[in-house]
Amino acid sequence: MGNKTIGLELGVKGFLLLITAILVAIGLSTTILLIMGASPLDAFGLILSGSLGSSSKLAYVMTAWVPVLLCSAGLLVTFSAGLWNIGIEGQVVMGAVFATGMMQVLQESLPPAAVLTLAACAGLLGGASWGMLAGGLRLYGNVNEIFGGLGLNFIAGSLTVYLVLGPWKRPGIGSTSGTQPFPPSLWLPAFEGFQVSPIELLLGISVIVLASIALRGTHLGLQLKAIGKNPRSAFLMGIPIGRQMLLAFGLCGALAGLAGWVLVVGTSARHNLFPLISSGYGFLAILVVLLANLSALWSVPIAFFFTAISMGSLQLALQRQLDSSMGGVIQGMLLLSVLITKGLQSRFLQWGQR
Amino acid sequence: MKVELKNIHKHFGPIPANKDITLTVESGTLHGLLGENGAGKSTLMKVLSGFISPDRGEILFDGLPVRFTSPAQAVAMGVGMLHQDPLDFPALSVLDNFLLGSPGRLWLNRHPRGKELSELAGQFGFKLEPDSLVSSLSVGERQQLEILRLLWLGVRVLILDEPTTAISAQQKTKLFSALEKLALQGKTIIFVSHKLEEVKSLCNKVTVMAHGKATGEETIPCSTERLVQMMFGKPIAVSKSSKGPLGPPLLELDHITVSDWHLEVKDFTLRVRAGEVVGLAGLEGSGQHLVLKVCAGLLRPSAGQVRMASVNMTGKPYHRYLESGIAYMPAGRLEEGLIGGMTWTEHAALVERSPSFWVNWTTAEQVAVQRIETYRIKKQPSTFVEELSGGNQQRTLLALLPFQPKLLLMEHPMRGLDMESTEYIWKLLLSRTQQGAAIVFTSSELDELIERSDRIVVFFSGRVKVLDSWRTGMEELGESIGGKGFG
Amino acid sequence: MDIAILINSILAASPPLLFAVLGETITEKAGVINLSLDGSLLLTAMVGFIIALHTNSVIAGFLTGMAVGAFIGLIIAFMSLTLHQPQVATGFVLTLLSRDLAYVVGNPYTHLPGPQVPHMPIPGLKELTFIGPVLFDQNPVVYLSLLAIILVWIYIFKTRSGLKLQGLGERPAAAFLRGVNVTKMRYFYTLIGGALVGLGGASFSLMVKPGWARPYGIEGTGWIALAIVIFGGWKPIRAALGIFFFVALQTAVNILQSAAPNVPTQLFPTLPFPLMILTLLFVTIGNAEWMNRILNRLPVGTKRFFIRTLKALQTSPPASLGTLFKKE
Repeated sequence: MGNKTIGLELGVKGFLLLITAILVAIGLSTTILLIMGASPLDAFGLILSGSLGSSSKLAYVMTAWVPVLLCSAGLLVTFSAGLWNIGIEGQVVMGAVFATGMMQVLQESLPPAAVLTLAACAGLLGGASWGMLAGGLRLYGNVNEIFGGLGLNFIAGSLTVYLVLGPWKRPGIGSTSGTQPFPPSLWLPAFEGFQVSPIELLLGISVIVLASIALRGTHLGLQLKAIGKNPRSAFLMGIPIGRQMLLAFGLCGALAGLAGWVLVVGTSARHNLFPLISSGYGFLAILVVLLANLSALWSVPIAFFFTAISMGSLQLALQRQLDSSMGGVIQGMLLLSVLITKGLQSRFLQWGQR
Repeated sequence: MKVELKNIHKHFGPIPANKDITLTVESGTLHGLLGENGAGKSTLMKVLSGFISPDRGEILFDGLPVRFTSPAQAVAMGVGMLHQDPLDFPALSVLDNFLLGSPGRLWLNRHPRGKELSELAGQFGFKLEPDSLVSSLSVGERQQLEILRLLWLGVRVLILDEPTTAISAQQKTKLFSALEKLALQGKTIIFVSHKLEEVKSLCNKVTVMAHGKATGEETIPCSTERLVQMMFGKPIAVSKSSKGPLGPPLLELDHITVSDWHLEVKDFTLRVRAGEVVGLAGLEGSGQHLVLKVCAGLLRPSAGQVRMASVNMTGKPYHRYLESGIAYMPAGRLEEGLIGGMTWTEHAALVERSPSFWVNWTTAEQVAVQRIETYRIKKQPSTFVEELSGGNQQRTLLALLPFQPKLLLMEHPMRGLDMESTEYIWKLLLSRTQQGAAIVFTSSELDELIERSDRIVVFFSGRVKVLDSWRTGMEELGESIGGKGFG
Repeated sequence: MDIAILINSILAASPPLLFAVLGETITEKAGVINLSLDGSLLLTAMVGFIIALHTNSVIAGFLTGMAVGAFIGLIIAFMSLTLHQPQVATGFVLTLLSRDLAYVVGNPYTHLPGPQVPHMPIPGLKELTFIGPVLFDQNPVVYLSLLAIILVWIYIFKTRSGLKLQGLGERPAAAFLRGVNVTKMRYFYTLIGGALVGLGGASFSLMVKPGWARPYGIEGTGWIALAIVIFGGWKPIRAALGIFFFVALQTAVNILQSAAPNVPTQLFPTLPFPLMILTLLFVTIGNAEWMNRILNRLPVGTKRFFIRTLKALQTSPPASLGTLFKKE
């Protein structure tokens, strides 16, 4: 399964095609809405207001943006090496599990800043080790990383269910709503009046910037790029491809694990561990990075845009009997039409260069 | 069936592969098409077999013009080509390969077809098991299968493209006698090769091609000099320069045995000294590439020792070999050596064995510019390597080698290169031997082997013979490669 | 527990996976990967149910499901064969998109009762000892699914076209030489495979798991189907065995549940999934070099046994799977 450039190249003509793609996606989404008997304008308006309509909604979007940013940063690393890290969902979950575990052990025995930092480290460790498991399955077991990752996703999910209903269950009745929530002292502090934590925002943006710089400016980044484009030549040049691939999985897993930590302690979190805590953010990040054509610069706004759509479409369920997956439909249509446009561009119109 | 090619022109972009070629082959003849690599023979035969269409010109069968839309349609019209590496299905059985694509009813009645296959094979002295997998067959056997398949489909013109490149002497004999039989049956055989002696021994007539043109036609028997003249313009004079004394042994292969799934090289010993050039010769798949890979640490011998400068390296991973001073240049320039999608500067940065974490792009670019100049590549460092010409890519592979490798291991280093590039690159390589490096290379060009190496190791079906290049002539080398003297 | 009843229920629950896996095996044998199964199973299940509900015809539901499945296959084929976009990316996007579409469009139809495939035991045959109640006391979809295994096997291994299909996936350049229109055939088989996947999805909502809900409950099954295609070595009969194994696992899990009351019940349904994916390990690990080195060190008797069993399990894909065919 090769690694070619995906998404759309920018340039004047590319920009025009992008607009066409967006219009097509909106058109298709409108059709679906009409089929469902909903008013498209109303629905899009709800999504808009549901995500950006008030300062509290905006804050919510911004905090949900952070795990997507972190996952996107990690995926930039694995995609650059030509790897499809479908296991990212499981890595987010394991990060959350490890972070929760650390916090349950420490509780309030240390100052909150220390507990939170240690929990972050635990999250990094959990995600990284889960990522390297997927890498190991591929390298030593010849199991394609898609299926290895999927299997590990399933295991992480089962493990969470077990923990939430078993050893970590809430005192009294265990329920799938999750473990005992952590006290507010162990939450990430937010701004007054604007429910966003500066720490998580800073983390999200700086990680993706760092990832981009590292990929372009370090030997590791260059080697990963070489591995992604031609593993055989890279090997013959003396690049240790097995080791670097494992490292890529580990790095992506670590960042995904950090996202898991944010999902437990961040401002939009429920401050406990519950099944499906990863909320599909890992897969969303895959869509984001694909649409951004593996560019860190574009991943940032596209991540925000997609997160806004996801959050906004929750309103559709609450207020209009439309399933909240409508957001996913819009995102998917957008990516599909961009892929089609890119394909048409390079195959028939000869406008794209590389 | 009489075949006529009239005024065939074919260009690939600016490169003229076939220039106004006219060729007539009578039915029932064995017609040779002789020429060096790159002379245009393959292109012409691809036109004749329906793979590509000519820019200008026409093809006539028995006087009637024909036009091909696809290779399958050409087969239906009676002309089929046997490729050097037959286009078959390794994962499927011999019988399935034979039957795939043949016309007939939906239901496959395998058993009677299997009998028919065995019978047909027997007519030519071929032995093919219908149920064995094609992946277990040798190249010669796969060729036999393909010939039978084409005959079964009713081809009357059979084109063979360099068929003897990878088969044993025994299989060659079988092949030639089968071809002679077919000619007697009235089939038209076109035998494409760059091997002079074979064309002379098999064919009735030969057309020579050089630089895209048909330079002449002769009836066999004719003189070798005449053919050489038509191929090269003048007879080749092989000259050798004198050599200085050699240094201490750099590489020692001590009674090694190495094998892959169908071949074994047993108990092989070789000592390569500093300043020496050793050429590995042999038909494709005779074992020389296995040995070269053992030298590079890419393959582990099942017995024996590999030593570099007296240090035992057997079984150590590839990167240890790199650290101890080897440089390995693979045959596939873009497949194995360079990385498409990356620039020259990026390649320079990649091969820089720098301990630092961050890439110093300024230094990388400077190094790139420097190396580009030394090897006269004449391109910007920001060029993507896939945009370079073949010759420049080869120079790039060389330019990217570490500055002082002790041992240079190269696979077919000049494959597909023009004479000027070849001459220049060999000069650069030999200058390194004067600094104490040693070179081990594989090649299929007899003149290159004799001219450049000090010793030639000839491989045949896993067996080995060492020749001294100063005392070996082209004919003796050619015969050794073909299996003579291996018992 | 009566063995006959057990096998009967396994066969009764297998048709969706059988159709999906057979379909994807055909598609992959032609050299194309349709990664969208997890989403397309959901979408075709939903569509099949809705149409059957509206038309009160189960057959209409199945046909629509097949049409939707084929359409998804068409998108995959178009994007990879004509637009040359990477198959994994297209498949992944379609997985998520199909799932989301299924949830959105299916929303008004959750928990509604609808038409189901009627139970149709075959009189006479159903009285045979053992195989009677097992094989002939089922509904038409089950009979069709079992027939499908045989038909697909016959097509691939006993017909001329099937032989061309094998060649197509193995070495498209050689198939082209023999007159196979590679692109056209790949389109064809991707559509057929997609239609079969659609048949599988509709088999869920009209038979095995009647109705629709959100979440539907089969989430993850599409990935399992893809894994079983690999596990089955791209061969219909071996794949069918893999399916029966998986379905048996799911059935076994129900039994296990009652045997271990301390373990939370929600855990059990999730278990077959990771198990199935990890069985992939057994069919690929034998190809690894380090494994071969270890095996070579074992004493001859045990070595040969291990090697033989391991090698027999190994599978390798059609050589051109996922790659582009470029005519020279």
